[in-house]
Amino acid sequence: MSIVVREISKSFGEFAALRDVSLEVPTGSLTALLGPSGSGKSTLLRVIAGLERPDTGGVSIAEEDVTAEAPQRRGVGFVFQHYAAFKHMTVYENVAFGLRIRHRPRTEIRERVGELLRLVQLEGFAERYPAQLSGGQRQRMGLARALAVDPKVLLLDEPFGALDARVRKELRAWLRRLHDETHTTTVIVTHDQEEAMEVADRIALMNEGRIEQVGTPRDLYERPGNEFVMSFVGPVNRVGDAYIRPHDLELCSEPNGSTQEAMVERLVHLGFEVRVELVRDDGTRLSAQVTREEAAALELDVGQIVYVRAVRQTTFTS
Amino acid sequence: MASNAAAVAAPRPLGVRAPVVQGLATMYLGFVVLLPLAALVWRSSREGRHGFWQAVSAPEAVAALKLTLVAAVVVAAINAVMGTVLAWVLVRDRFVGRGVVNALIDLPFALPTIVAGLTLVALYGPRSPVGISAAYTRGAVVLALLFVTLPFVVRTVQPTLLELDREMEEAAASLGAGRLTVFRRIVLPNLVPAILSGVALAYARAIGEFGSVVLITGNLPFKTEVSSVYIYGQIQSGAPGTAAAVSVLLLSISLGVLLLIGAVRRWAWRHDVG
Repeated sequence: MSIVVREISKSFGEFAALRDVSLEVPTGSLTALLGPSGSGKSTLLRVIAGLERPDTGGVSIAEEDVTAEAPQRRGVGFVFQHYAAFKHMTVYENVAFGLRIRHRPRTEIRERVGELLRLVQLEGFAERYPAQLSGGQRQRMGLARALAVDPKVLLLDEPFGALDARVRKELRAWLRRLHDETHTTTVIVTHDQEEAMEVADRIALMNEGRIEQVGTPRDLYERPGNEFVMSFVGPVNRVGDAYIRPHDLELCSEPNGSTQEAMVERLVHLGFEVRVELVRDDGTRLSAQVTREEAAALELDVGQIVYVRAVRQTTFTS
Repeated sequence: MASNAAAVAAPRPLGVRAPVVQGLATMYLGFVVLLPLAALVWRSSREGRHGFWQAVSAPEAVAALKLTLVAAVVVAAINAVMGTVLAWVLVRDRFVGRGVVNALIDLPFALPTIVAGLTLVALYGPRSPVGISAAYTRGAVVLALLFVTLPFVVRTVQPTLLELDREMEEAAASLGAGRLTVFRRIVLPNLVPAILSGVALAYARAIGEFGSVVLITGNLPFKTEVSSVYIYGQIQSGAPGTAAAVSVLLLSISLGVLLLIGAVRRWAWRHDVG
């Protein structure tokens, strides 16, 4: 069930949240809307769900124009950053809500809710209230609740944003597995490029109400369309007009024709890799990334002079 | 059943030691509330069990008590609905003059109740300018009580409604719930504790109200005389023992109802205890 967004604009007062945005989300894909805060990614998701009305443009879900439809009739499952748990209902009743208001038979509801609680690993928690769950558990309940009504598409608005780093990583991997099993067309909003790269097949990178680039995580990293994409999807050094990734900087102990001199200012050991902060004569700073072995071979130390060469660099013509 | 573990495990007070604060609170409560109530109970007991029974079972006293309780229940029920509606409009709707309406809600608090009574006589009295004469009827009792109890439910529901997570409603909508279902299944259950708090306050106020009813109802025994007015009449006619006895009965009923409402509220709020 694909999603098609056509030329959507949306303003809140003076603030233009979305400017003429078009996007296609193919059936069965897991697409991330990535961007800094205020880039319009959440607004776009809410427009798809029908929770915001666009000023212009249209939305189709599964080849059906739903622009004029209320959220109730769009067949979307929505997961909120702050869970939006029905706090006066038990976990069971939360998950059952969509089925209850559809007046499904009691036995069917019991079966379906049981199945979903197993899927999100909350079997023993059916009679608890949301206040008695951890953040990660609440979000899994939110996911089960959204999946209960067999939505055509699943929309997640910064679903792991309120969780701590470890739980976030776990849930990410779990979401990816879930998607590989169910193949529900999914859109996830995130400001975390690592999260987007890890979980999504496709990324739409947004900035100031526009989509800058759409592609696979690898596309965006290796063939960024502009400076913004280049610097948002990973760390980058800027030297004049050129952009260089830290791992594309080669460090040598001796100069040769194409190298430049720099001094090691700081060494950061991050397990298998070492980040080397360098400062050049003219005061510009560079960040290089080498393996532990390379760092050992060069006998890197703070204050040491090394010679730097860019293996690969990108320039944008504007 | 959820326990009140959170309430029991009170955090360490800042600087002042807990026993001092507790002692101060108890003493204050004792002087301001318990001592006068004890005096009242003691005064009523001077008549003996027989005297007490005679006082509270006098037909006029029973009629006044019945009217008071029924009127208070009716007023509390109307308040529960209309107070919630008013709070909803004030929180969720944007309209010109919202600030004025909001300020208007508190007016019954600001007026001396006798002034409220005077206002009602002017409007619904025998020479009513709007042609509605409600004076000297039981309707007037309810009308006067509605006026003075208006703020309670509005002011207890308003903050709860303001803090209510709008995303819960959006989540319900995305799951297919229509507006009415969202209100009934999501919003209302979360407002019930606040509504009950307001209802309890309104009910308590209605039972004891004197100033606003004394003018417009005419205080006709067996018809429009409420307990507070009856008690006042007994004191005026030199029967303070009877007045005390009826007061104690009224007090006990009020206490019972307040405890009951409190229990229901705790039950409705059970899911918030971790």
